[in-house]
This record gives sequence, structure tokens and C-alpha cells, in this order.
Amino acid sequence: MRAAGRVRATGAALALTLLAVAGCGGGSDEGDGKVTLEFLSLAWQAESVEANKALVEEWNAANPDVRVRYVQGSWDNIHDHLLTSFEGGEAPDIIHNDASDLTDFANGGYLADLTGLLPRELRDDIPEAAWSTTEYDGGDGPGIYGVPFLQEPRVLVVNAELLERSGARVPTPDEPWSWAEFEAASAAMTEDTDGDGDTDTYGVAWSLKEPVTQTVNLALSTGGEVFTREDGKNVIRYDAADSSVAELINRQVHEDGTAAASSLGMSGSDTLPGFYDGRYAMLPLNFSFRQQVAQQAPDGFDWTVLPMPSGGPEHGLAQGVVPQTLSVAEDSDHQQAAADFIAFLTQPEHQVDLALGDWMLPTSQRALAEPALDTEEYGWRTGARIADELRPSPVLGVRGYPEWKDKIATPALQEYYSGGIDLDTLREKLTDDGQRILDRYQR
Amino acid sequence: MSTTRTPTPPAVSRPPTRRRLTRGAGRAGQYLALACYLVFLGFPLVWLLSTALKSPQELGSINPTWIPEHPTLENFRAAFDTQPLLRSALNSALVATSSAVIAVAIAVPAAYVMVRYRSRIGQAGTVWVLVSQMFPFVLVIIPLFLVLRNLHLINALPGLVVVYVVWNLPFSLWMLRGYVQAVPISLEEAAAMDGASRLRTLTSVVLPLLTPGLVATLMFSFVTAWNEFFFALVLLKSPEKQTMSVILTHFIGAEGVADLGPLAAAALVATLPSLLFFALLQRRLVSGMLAGAVKA
Repeated sequence: MRAAGRVRATGAALALTLLAVAGCGGGSDEGDGKVTLEFLSLAWQAESVEANKALVEEWNAANPDVRVRYVQGSWDNIHDHLLTSFEGGEAPDIIHNDASDLTDFANGGYLADLTGLLPRELRDDIPEAAWSTTEYDGGDGPGIYGVPFLQEPRVLVVNAELLERSGARVPTPDEPWSWAEFEAASAAMTEDTDGDGDTDTYGVAWSLKEPVTQTVNLALSTGGEVFTREDGKNVIRYDAADSSVAELINRQVHEDGTAAASSLGMSGSDTLPGFYDGRYAMLPLNFSFRQQVAQQAPDGFDWTVLPMPSGGPEHGLAQGVVPQTLSVAEDSDHQQAAADFIAFLTQPEHQVDLALGDWMLPTSQRALAEPALDTEEYGWRTGARIADELRPSPVLGVRGYPEWKDKIATPALQEYYSGGIDLDTLREKLTDDGQRILDRYQR
Repeated sequence: MSTTRTPTPPAVSRPPTRRRLTRGAGRAGQYLALACYLVFLGFPLVWLLSTALKSPQELGSINPTWIPEHPTLENFRAAFDTQPLLRSALNSALVATSSAVIAVAIAVPAAYVMVRYRSRIGQAGTVWVLVSQMFPFVLVIIPLFLVLRNLHLINALPGLVVVYVVWNLPFSLWMLRGYVQAVPISLEEAAAMDGASRLRTLTSVVLPLLTPGLVATLMFSFVTAWNEFFFALVLLKSPEKQTMSVILTHFIGAEGVADLGPLAAAALVATLPSLLFFALLQRRLVSGMLAGAVKA
């Protein structure tokens, strides 16, 4: 009897604790009908932080009853940070993150379904391809677990002087280079200026310190996918269309000598000094790297932004992207108010401010047409014109992808690019070994 | 027949000059090793200083230089303008100092009891200290978060102090245990003969001899708390309460892209209090060691 009483008491205490934990989630209601929402922002560049804070101030001035408190977060450890906050019932109401992190959180029931909370205008302004990066089956059927608002494709950052000297055709978003033309242009820009037998300028420097997302996202340009769905399961494929760009990189480094072998272990930032010095003529980089180039390039250094090559007219300028997103915590007591703030933040003119601050592209169609982004300066127009062709990265929504990436794909691709293994071995590792990992997540 | 006996040479000892040379070479080797070690330790700090004083153009140069060609304080201005560095440094100092002092204050009597009163509890305590070091952060963070939340210690500096004290206590205890063991028991017996109580013996005899241990443990606890990132990131939400290690990550963006100049400037500012703390306590560490040696 006493034991049963103890069990009941313990159960009651546990239930009370859980109720206490559950009851404290989300924004605070200050008793006078006024609400304060927490907005966890991961903006980090000075201009971007400034733009975010200015928009929060504008909102607070217009909505004295629903105030937003800006909380500066960090991309470092964001997943563990959010997971702890969700589990502890202390998650911020509005969460800035990227689409790759939403899969687990949506499946875990931590994020609110925004389907009925967002205005029609916003739904119509952002293309379906971008929405598909945040649509998941969170258990109660498909739902929208974030608003994709910023994205960045890969572009070619090019030394304009070397490009002109090579005589290669200058590509545009309407008439991009084919991959074959890109190879030819790389060869034309590769030079041994002092005639000592060593290459002084390489046509291209592929920064492949983190090779997986680049390899997978660029596979779309040649009709590849790498991850496909078969019978409701994720399946890894690495056929000719998937490996075409990887083979080209390998060929440029090890056969043609038009790509620098030394850059394979570098990050994008690491390749920039060689670019300013004329050692590399072209750098495939994320769109936001333009900010670093604009800031660091020596006076008089002439550079330009070109679209990545195309695998053919049927593929256009397709490449995979992982947009940044704004979500609402499921525990938030004021989900509609939080969604209203997100709708405010993602209005076209505000997306322009945020995009300019982060040197990225907005997802809003109307924002892309704004004059501030329709300019040749720093390649903004090139970016805006390829935005239509961007596709969700194939890695999005694939459960087990982080493990596949860390344990299989990263070492295998690094070995392949450095010439340590051949294509067949790479294919075997990525698919056979990799599929075993994915299968564990799909039982 | 007379035989001439050659005089036996006196037992040869090494000529003094050769001994001096060997000793000199040994000493030179020691200094060389020390110099190499100093360079190894000092390199990151010097590079940090150099980076903090360079313009973006110089940071992008393919031929990096030790001494900036056009030194600028612009990175410091940008770092202070964009992030609340001073306030976060103050928060870090407050949390690190409090947690170090509290951890040592608890660890001293605990270590003394563990060494001098051998019992099952003491042995169990020793095992607990070892086992507790094996838990990774991620394993404890969610339960810890829930406990602190129920105590209303989330988003509060005292909550972080409690965490750091608990986190540092096992190792502090382990460190001090060794120092207490080194204090000869005969000194305590002599004090007892003179009529000193346990408390008096601890404060007047044992504690002074533990000075180097106390200082070393304080330094360890302070630096651990000063550098700690993850607990501070998760437990403190308000910008005005965040510590230095969290603020530094605000200069780093997605995929590790960093605003290098301001980051270096802020990191340099972040290392100064630690250096100052070491500089102040270092003398106590050495003089304490000597004092202990003479008395023992």
C-alpha cells in the first residue's frame, strides 16, 4: 500500500514537473494583454545584424502590443542549442535556421505547422521550389515548417583581366558556358608566364575542404540527383549524370593541370589570397563570398561574377541550394503573432534589406525584381537572374544524411579528388556503404 | 737489475674545462628547448595580434607578414561597435572568478577529509570524481537545463556559476587531494601537541602549505570557466548576459566563414583578463612552492 502510495506521489510529482515545463514555453504574456516574442537571429555580418535590428524596431513601433525581442544566436552548435531549448521548453518563438536542420526538428514535433498561419500574398511570392525545402510530413500530414527567405547559389568569381586576355566567350545567365566550354576556358586561362615549366596561373581553384554539398548540389546541373525516392525510401545513386561534375574536377586537377591541386583541401576563404595574386583565375564560390572579395581585393583589382556552367539546355542553370529559414516553435503560445512577424520580415522590401546585409539572394520574386538587386555591381544581377533556376538541394529531408556525409561521403570524395581512388571505388563507397547507413534510419 | 717503475698516474678525473663545457652545452640545450617551447606557446598570440592589426587587404595577401605593413585599429573599432565586448568580458570575469573561488572553497575541506579520514565514503568519493569526468557535455545538458529551469536559474549568471562549480569540482578535488597528501602528517601532529584544534590546524598549518595547490586549482577553474562555450550558449539567452566565449562566435557565420579581423581583435581582448590573472597569481604559485618546500 505504502509502495503504491509512493508510486502515485512520484507520478504526481513527475506530472506536475512536466506540466510546469510544458506550461512555460514560448513568448511571455505580460498580463496587460501585451506579448513579447523572442526572435533568435543567426545574422552575423554587421550590415545584416543592423538590418535585422532595424526591422525589429520598425515592427515594435507599429505593434506595441506584440513586441519582439531580438536575440543574437550563433551558427556554431545551433542544432544542439535548439534541441536543448526545445527539450527544456524554453525555445525562442521565432527561429532563424537553415532548411537542412528542419527535417529532424519537424519530425520531432518541435516546430509549428505554418500552413494556415501565413498570408496568401507571401505564399504566392515565394516559388514552390523554395517552399518544398521546408515542407515535411511532421506526423500529422504534410505541413510547412519554415519560411525560406534567403538562399545562395554557387557562382564563378572571376579575374576579369585574365578572362579577357584568354579570349574566352563571356557567359551570361541566358547563355551560360557548357561544362565543356568551362574546361576550355580554364585551359585558356592556365598560364606559365615565366616559361619555367611550372604553372603560374591556374584556370580554376576548386575549394573542396567540404566536398559533399558542392558535389551533390552541382550534380543537378547535369541531371544528377544522388538521392532519389523509391517506394517511399531514400536511395543513393551515383550514376554518370551524378558523377559528371566530379569527374570533370578530377580531370582538371590530375590530367589537364588546369585546376590547382593545392586548393583541394582549402576552404573558399583560403583560395582568395591566390585569386587576388593572379594565381587562380576563377573561383567557384557561394554567392555571399562576394562580400569578402569586395572588402579584401587590392585597389584596382578587376573581378566579375559569372553563372556556373550548365549541363545542357534541358538542365538550364539548375543547382541545389539550402535556403535559410524562419520557423515558429510548436511550444510558442503566440504562434499566429510569431507568423505575422515572419510575414512582416519577409515582405519583399524587407527581404531586399536582409539580402543586401547578408550578400545573399532573397527567395521573394518581387524582391528579386527590386532595383537594389537589379544592378551589375558586385554581380547582383547575375545572381538575381539565376535565382529562378535554383532547386532544393537533394540532401534536404534525407534522414541519416549527416552521418552519411561525415562517415562515408567526405572521406571518399576527398580521396577521389586527390587521386587516391578511382570512380568505381568512389561509386561503391557512396552507394553500397552509404545505403547501409540510410537504411538504418528507414526501418 | 734494476727496474724502473713508472709512476702510476693519479686517478684521472675529467678536466674541469671539459666538465664546464659539457655543463654549458647542457644548459644551452635547455635554453634552446625552452626557447622553442616559448615560441610554440607564443606563436598563436603573436599571430592573433598581427591579424588584429591588419587591414582586410593585408589579410587577403598571399604573402602574410608578421608585422602589419599598415597597422590599423579599425578591427578593434568594428569589434567593439558590433558586439558588447566589454559587458561580455565583465560577465565572463564575474562568472569565472566566482565559480573558481567557490569550487576551491568547497574542494579544500573535501580533499582534506578524503585524504585524512580514510573511509568507504572517501573511497566512494574518489571513484565518483573519476566517473564524473567521463560524462560528455551533451549527455548532461538537457537534464541540467530542466533542473536549472525549475530553480529559475536559466538565463541567469548565478545559474552558470552553479554549473561551472559542479563541473570543476571533481577535477579541483582531484588536484588538491594530491597536494594535501604531500603535506606531512607530522606537522599536523605537532600542531595538535601544541593544542591546536582541527580547524586551527587546517587554517594555520595545512592551508599555507597548500598555497601552490590552491593557486594552481584556482587558475585551472578560472580558465575552464572563462573558455567554456556550450553551457553559456544554451543557458544564457539575453544578449546582456552572454559571456565572452559566446560573443566571439558572433563573428563567425555559416560554414565557418569568419570576419577575421574583428574576430582576431575580439579574441585578443578576450585573452587579456586570463593573462592578467596568470600574471598576478604566478608569483604566489612560485613563492608558495618555495615556502612549502622549506617548511616540509
